[in-house]
Amino acid sequence: MAKITFIDPKGERRTVEAPEGWSVMEAAVKNAIPGIDADCGGACACATCHVYVDPAWAAKLPPKEEMEETILDFAQDVTKASRLSCQLKVTAVLDGLVVTTPKNQH
Amino acid sequence: MTETIVIIGAGQAGAQAVISLRAEGFSGPITLIGDEAYAPYQRPPLSKAYLMGTFERARLFLKPESFYADAGCTLIVNTAVTAVDRATKTVRLSDGRALSYSKLLIATGTRVRPIPCPGAGLSGIHSLRSIADVDGLQAVFRPGKKLVVIGGGFIGLEVAAVAAKHGLDVTVFEAMERVMARAVSTPISDFFAIAHRAAGVTLITSTGVDGFEGEGAVSGVRAGGKTYPADIVLVGIGVLPNVEIAAAAGLECKNGLVVDKYCATSDPAIFAAGDCTWHQGRGHGEDEGNWMRLESVQNAIDQAKHAAASMVGKPKPYNEVPWFWSDQYDLKLQIAGLAWPGDEIVVRGEPSARKFSVFHLRGGVLAAVEAVNMPADYLVGRKLIGEHAKVSAARLADTSIPIKNVVG
Repeated sequence: MAKITFIDPKGERRTVEAPEGWSVMEAAVKNAIPGIDADCGGACACATCHVYVDPAWAAKLPPKEEMEETILDFAQDVTKASRLSCQLKVTAVLDGLVVTTPKNQH
Repeated sequence: MTETIVIIGAGQAGAQAVISLRAEGFSGPITLIGDEAYAPYQRPPLSKAYLMGTFERARLFLKPESFYADAGCTLIVNTAVTAVDRATKTVRLSDGRALSYSKLLIATGTRVRPIPCPGAGLSGIHSLRSIADVDGLQAVFRPGKKLVVIGGGFIGLEVAAVAAKHGLDVTVFEAMERVMARAVSTPISDFFAIAHRAAGVTLITSTGVDGFEGEGAVSGVRAGGKTYPADIVLVGIGVLPNVEIAAAAGLECKNGLVVDKYCATSDPAIFAAGDCTWHQGRGHGEDEGNWMRLESVQNAIDQAKHAAASMVGKPKPYNEVPWFWSDQYDLKLQIAGLAWPGDEIVVRGEPSARKFSVFHLRGGVLAAVEAVNMPADYLVGRKLIGEHAKVSAARLADTSIPIKNVVG
C-alpha cells in the first residue's frame, strides 16, 4: 500500500491508500476522487485522467513512454508537471505521492 | 413529493447514471438493480488482462461498494426485473418485491447470442460477457489445450490473442470473409489476420460452424465438412439486446429499445442508455444520422450522462463521436467515428511497421479513423471528426506532415 494525496483545483486534499501494482488513476477512481474521469478505464483511449505531479515527486516517477507523451499532447492545460495517471504504477517508492487534478479533463 | 429514480441494469451505463444524476443535482433516492452477483464493473478487461490473469478482480469494479451507499443509492444485486408496470409506475423484481419509480432508466445491456448448432449444450462450450464467464473459462485455460474460437470479432480475437500467449493451440472460425468485418475496414482486418497467424493462430475465414461433437463434453467442432478437435470452445458471435421487459411494457423496440436524441422513450417517465438502445447516431453533413445500436463503453457513458440530464429536466441532444478500442498482443486498435461502405480510405503509415492508421473520408470530411499503435492519429482524428473537418487525403497519407498539422 502507498498513500497518495490528490489536491483538487480549489486546494482540497484527499488522501487514499493504493495497492502496489495498481495505477494512480485506479486508486483515484476507486476512491471516487473528483476530477479524474478515466472513461476508458486505462486503455489509453480517452485522455481524461490527466494530473499534475508535485515537483518534489517528479524525479521519482518513471519517464513517460511514447504513448503517454503523445496522449498528453491532447490534454487540456498541459505543463511540465503533467502525467497521465493511468500510466503511473503504484510502488512503495511512491508512498506519499502528491498530485493535483486539473480544472477540466475534456 | 420526493422523486424516486430506479435504474434497471448495474453495468457501465447504470453506474454512470448514478454518478451523473448526483452531479446534475438530483437529490432523491436512487435504486440500482443488477442481475449479476457484483456491483458495476468494467467489461473490457474481461477478454484481455483479466482473462490473462494479470488484472485482479478487485480492479474491475467501477467504484467501491461504499460509493453507492455514500451517494444515497440502494444497490440491489443478484436480482432481475421481471416486469415494468407503466400504469402504476412500478417495477417487479425476481425476489417478489415491487418498487415504485417517478422516473425509470432502462440500462439492461445485452446478452450473448446463442449459437444455433447441434451440440451447443455440451459442456466445455463457453461464451464471454461476465466475470462468471471468465472464471469458468480460466479454470480450463491451460497450455497445450485445443481452443476453438467461433467468431472472429473483438471478443473472439482478444481471447485468441490471450490464449496464444498462454500456450493454447488456437483455431478461429469466422463466417465472413474477413475478421471484425462488422467493425473495421479491410486493411485493418487484413493486418490483424496476419498478426494472429504470425502468433500461431489457425484462422479460417468464410467458414461457418455446423455443429459440435462430444459425449457430455465437447471434443470437436464440425466446420466446412471437417471435424476439428477441441478441448474448449469459445462462442463469440455477437450479442442480443435485453429489451424483453421494455417490449412487454409496450415500449417501442426494434434492434434495441427505441430512444430519441435525449435518451427518452415514448413514455415520458422512462429513459434508456447503453448497449440496449436503438438510437439515431451523429449526422454527417446533409445526412441525418443512421439509426443504430452501439456496443461500447463510450456509448454507455455518454448516453447515461444524457439520460441523467434529461431525467432532471436539462435535456441536451446526444451527438457524441463514437469510440472503441481493442487490445490484441502488443497491438492497440483505437477507433473513432463510424465508417460507411463507399468512404474514401486513406492509409497513413506502413502496416508492416505495426504502426499505421486508416482514415475514412466522406465528401472530403473526416468520418472515421482506425489507428493501430498510433494514439496521436486516433486522438487528432477523433477531434477532427467531432468538428466535421475537411481533410486532404494527400496530406493524411503524407507521414512527413505531423498529424497535428494535417489540417491547415
